[in-house]
Amino acid sequence: MTTAQPLIQARGLVKRFGSFTAVDAIDVAVRAGEAFGFLGPNGAGKSSTMRMIGCVSPPSGGELRILGMDPVRDGPAIRARLGVCPQLDTLDPELTVRENLVTYARYFGIPRRVARLRAAELLDFVQLSERADSKVEPLSGGMKRRLTIARALVNEPEIVLLDEPTTGLDPQARHLVWERLFQLKQQGVTLVLTTHYMDEAEQLCDRLVVMDGGRIVAEGSPRVLIEQHSTREVVELRFAGESQEPFASKLDQLGERVEVLPDRILLYVPDGDAAVAQVTALGLHPINVLVRRSGLEDVFLHLTGRTLID
Amino acid sequence: MVALVLPRLMDVSAASRRSAAVAERNVSALKSIYWLLLVSGFIEPLLYLFSIGVGVGALVGDLTLSNGAVVSYAAFVAPAMLASSAMTGAFAETTFNFFGKMKYMKLYDGVIATPVQPFEIALGELAWAMLRGSAYSGAFLVVMVVMDLTTAARAAVAFPAAVLVGFTFGAIGMTIATFMRSWQDFDVLASAQFVLFLFSGTFVPAQAYPTLLRWLVEVTPLYRAVHLVRGITVGGGGWTWLLDLGYLLLVLAIGLFIASRRMSRLLYR
Repeated sequence: MTTAQPLIQARGLVKRFGSFTAVDAIDVAVRAGEAFGFLGPNGAGKSSTMRMIGCVSPPSGGELRILGMDPVRDGPAIRARLGVCPQLDTLDPELTVRENLVTYARYFGIPRRVARLRAAELLDFVQLSERADSKVEPLSGGMKRRLTIARALVNEPEIVLLDEPTTGLDPQARHLVWERLFQLKQQGVTLVLTTHYMDEAEQLCDRLVVMDGGRIVAEGSPRVLIEQHSTREVVELRFAGESQEPFASKLDQLGERVEVLPDRILLYVPDGDAAVAQVTALGLHPINVLVRRSGLEDVFLHLTGRTLID
Repeated sequence: MVALVLPRLMDVSAASRRSAAVAERNVSALKSIYWLLLVSGFIEPLLYLFSIGVGVGALVGDLTLSNGAVVSYAAFVAPAMLASSAMTGAFAETTFNFFGKMKYMKLYDGVIATPVQPFEIALGELAWAMLRGSAYSGAFLVVMVVMDLTTAARAAVAFPAAVLVGFTFGAIGMTIATFMRSWQDFDVLASAQFVLFLFSGTFVPAQAYPTLLRWLVEVTPLYRAVHLVRGITVGGGGWTWLLDLGYLLLVLAIGLFIASRRMSRLLYR
């Protein structure tokens, strides 16, 4: 296989559940060694896409090739080379932390002796060595997630699929996970992840697609997406009162775009400080002002008219 | 030719290796409390054998079988206890435990992300269930030989028959488990299992029933299992063991087929 050929290639990929279309004809190409993200709110079709790529959910239509193979016909051969970290932990509650890894390795046909060595290495990698002989249940959410990531690496996969790897984790636990994922990427592992966290996508992804309602609404690197779909800076204004709406009409000419949220107004401008001066010059006095750089959140808001996390 | 056959053979060996990994997982999960469960599964048929086979047997006296052979009541009941304990052991593992692993522990959602396929999970769990069922059967056969209810040679033949009985009921149990919606459904299953246990020619020869009921009894899997095992430990019955064997093998194949089809449907959403 040449390096130019994508590891994952989807054309017009569809997933239907009864009359509901979860994934609506998407085109995706993931190249070797990159970190690729699916960004979108809950119900955007991210997890359904991931399950199809993981060969545990047959596509309803379109074409899907993974490592040059057909996921329906060559499921076991593909899965042998994938690592999967599902959205909900599917750890074995009747086994210890170490046994979870060794048993999982056995499903891949890895000899027991090798499995034990690898389990020890991976527990070290995700900083769980001290809990090796503990049961899974008393572990914290962050620890379980790290164990699930370690389990996904037990077969030394070429592609690691991570479905919302840090959802529900506290900031410290998230950073530890990010650090480990970044290390994997450095080692040349291809990462495919879904997230509804903007900072996560910006931190980890080389390239991403923004999904909404089963469709891809934008594609590119975080930087390019922000350049294309947002301004350099954003001014967040909060005014006293029941509604922000009456203030928005007065700010119309100030920015390239004005977004009104229930609790604040977003002004999309090239220069934040200059815009704040203009607001004051208009005789408006917001109770709260924040100038920040544009992020993927703003891209999403622009593309869909909605915020990501409701 | 080699190019055609070799990949198939490798498929089979890879599939059995993966099934073995599924069974192996259960060995790792063995807990001390589980041993208690294992022991209770062995004691139960012994209690029936002593209370009814020996106890009630003292009142009943000897039985004359349809082929004219005369046996003690305990020797008549013992093979039925053997067959039904093989059923109980297989059911315990493939209905209750299997259902829990699939529906509540979501164990197989993790397993299917590996090269292991639903059919291999079914086979692996069944093999594991059979290890347990076979342990019961072996121990019970030893007791039968010691109590002079059969000969050692007959017991040696009866053992693989009992293992087959376990496999068949394991496949039935697994199929049932894929249709279960909640733990409440297990009450229904337990009742059905008890009815089978009482009326499958276990304590009374099926000939004692009215014709219609007798036909009904004779098509149940436990009756065929009891008939097969009794034919071996007591003797007699002629060629009909072939019918039992064919019946159990067929049910095993159908059960495995449906169970893995159902699992694919439930897991590959």
